[in-house]
Amino acid sequence: MSLMRERLATIDSVSFWYAGSERPALRNVTLRVHRGDFILITGPSGCGKSTLCRLLNGLIPHFFRGRLEGEVVVMGYDVRETPTHVLARHVGMVFQNPENQLFLSSVEKEIVFGLENLGLPRGEIRRRLEEVIELFDLSEIRDRPPYELSGGQQQRVAIAAVVAMGPEILVLDEPTAHLDPASSKEVIDLVLKLNRELGTTVILVEHRLELVAPHASRVVVMSGGAIAIEGPPREVLPSPAAKGAGVNLPKVVRLYSSLRSRGLALPLVPLTPEELADAVRLARVGVARGSRS
Amino acid sequence: MAAAVEVEDLYFYYTMGEYVLRGVTFTVELGESVAIMGSNGAGKTTLVKHLNGLLKPVRGVVRVLGMDTREHSVAELARHVGVVFQNPDHQLFAETVEEEVRFALENFGFPEDEIEERVEWALAEFGLERYRKASPFSLSEGEKKRLAIASVVVYEPDVLVLDEPTVGQDAIQRERIAEMLRGFMKRGRTVIVVSHDVEFVAELFDRVIVMSRGRVVADGSARSVLTDLAVLSEARLELPQVAECARRLGDLGVPRDLVRLEELEEHLLRVVGV
Repeated sequence: MSLMRERLATIDSVSFWYAGSERPALRNVTLRVHRGDFILITGPSGCGKSTLCRLLNGLIPHFFRGRLEGEVVVMGYDVRETPTHVLARHVGMVFQNPENQLFLSSVEKEIVFGLENLGLPRGEIRRRLEEVIELFDLSEIRDRPPYELSGGQQQRVAIAAVVAMGPEILVLDEPTAHLDPASSKEVIDLVLKLNRELGTTVILVEHRLELVAPHASRVVVMSGGAIAIEGPPREVLPSPAAKGAGVNLPKVVRLYSSLRSRGLALPLVPLTPEELADAVRLARVGVARGSRS
Repeated sequence: MAAAVEVEDLYFYYTMGEYVLRGVTFTVELGESVAIMGSNGAGKTTLVKHLNGLLKPVRGVVRVLGMDTREHSVAELARHVGVVFQNPDHQLFAETVEEEVRFALENFGFPEDEIEERVEWALAEFGLERYRKASPFSLSEGEKKRLAIASVVVYEPDVLVLDEPTVGQDAIQRERIAEMLRGFMKRGRTVIVVSHDVEFVAELFDRVIVMSRGRVVADGSARSVLTDLAVLSEARLELPQVAECARRLGDLGVPRDLVRLEELEEHLLRVVGV
């Protein structure tokens, strides 16, 4: 099945040195992104997560200068030879701090701005505006200035403005870092909805794995500029490589590992409390059967 | 002996009549550690600014080690209460990382040999040695946060107050901050942390105060407060994962008020019968 899926981005044996730095920010990184993927990228500060994001929309090498080795192809474009405004149509970026991304006097203007930059006709701009206002539930705040909104609302507007431009790939670099738990969950649920319902391909950088890991199709753990381990969350999270990289593992995964080391192997790696409870119930049945036979 | 912090019926507004704090009352004893939780906009940061006298009560009283904050200068209070604010950009100002860490020590008149010793300790403790000559503003967000913490912890105030210490920190730094706080608590210092990180608080604190819309809505043990669904929902906080697991296994005899991983682990081993 995976052979059938369309590949949207190829990062092949990429190393990158920021201008003036002798240490590579990325070391021989290879990553494939397919349509519909929900990729969670995690790892300690300075491990190269943000650098990897910047490759995908051409900020590297066009804005952040340096030495780039290897191949980066996004939506069929070689990023070295493609101006960022072309890549911006296909790859939308959302950053940690929405305040840095929003600068206009109303939510509506914020959304329209990107669309005007794409040179779309008025009718199309209006259509897309109404579509994202509806999709992101922004009708009540459409005339409010973004700086008056809560952090969670601001981030919702920032994502709406990017999604309005119709990117195939949405890259979010720690979008919940400044939000409280309830707002963080709302933002992640929104991203999940885009992925599930619109088929948007998502690449999300996040430290709080308990929030995102249950939804991710793949987890990429980075360490020292390289990919330490990559794969489905249930394989990656309990791995020694993830632990060694200093990843903030969800409590349920830590429980799984410590129970295992004490002789209790749960029948599945839980990613949520619900799954942990189910796994414990299954293990009870297994133990009861084992003692009867 | 005076309490570390006494807040009595504290009211405060920035704009006349729009109260941000509405009758906040609690006491933190010397050597006690407390986490103050609540969603953005609950009034937590406004409260923190009262603890070192940056803000003065509109009504009510705030005393720190018995000193009424209205009668003492911020500088006087700062010697006893070290506050690390959420946004390090609002705190950092020196030319180099080393000077930033030295500043308070020089200001409070520590002897030179002790200054050097403390600065070296703090730089090492927070993984900042290689940046000592760098500008604080050239650091990453996480590093700036560590520097802001280092520059307060270095003079060991009697009361240490941290506003959202784990925001933007990875697992390694988070564990480092937790270790530093445990050390501080062990040495009998008072630690007050403002946070909405339930997992961090559940691991570290025995007492939790929850604020919502300018009021204290709960004050008690972590195991009672962090498992109280009504309080958590009022404050827009999540149930810690451990508590949620325990709740889902209540029918098997797992107590519902667990918040620490080690406790749940013992119960699970018992329940499965290994």
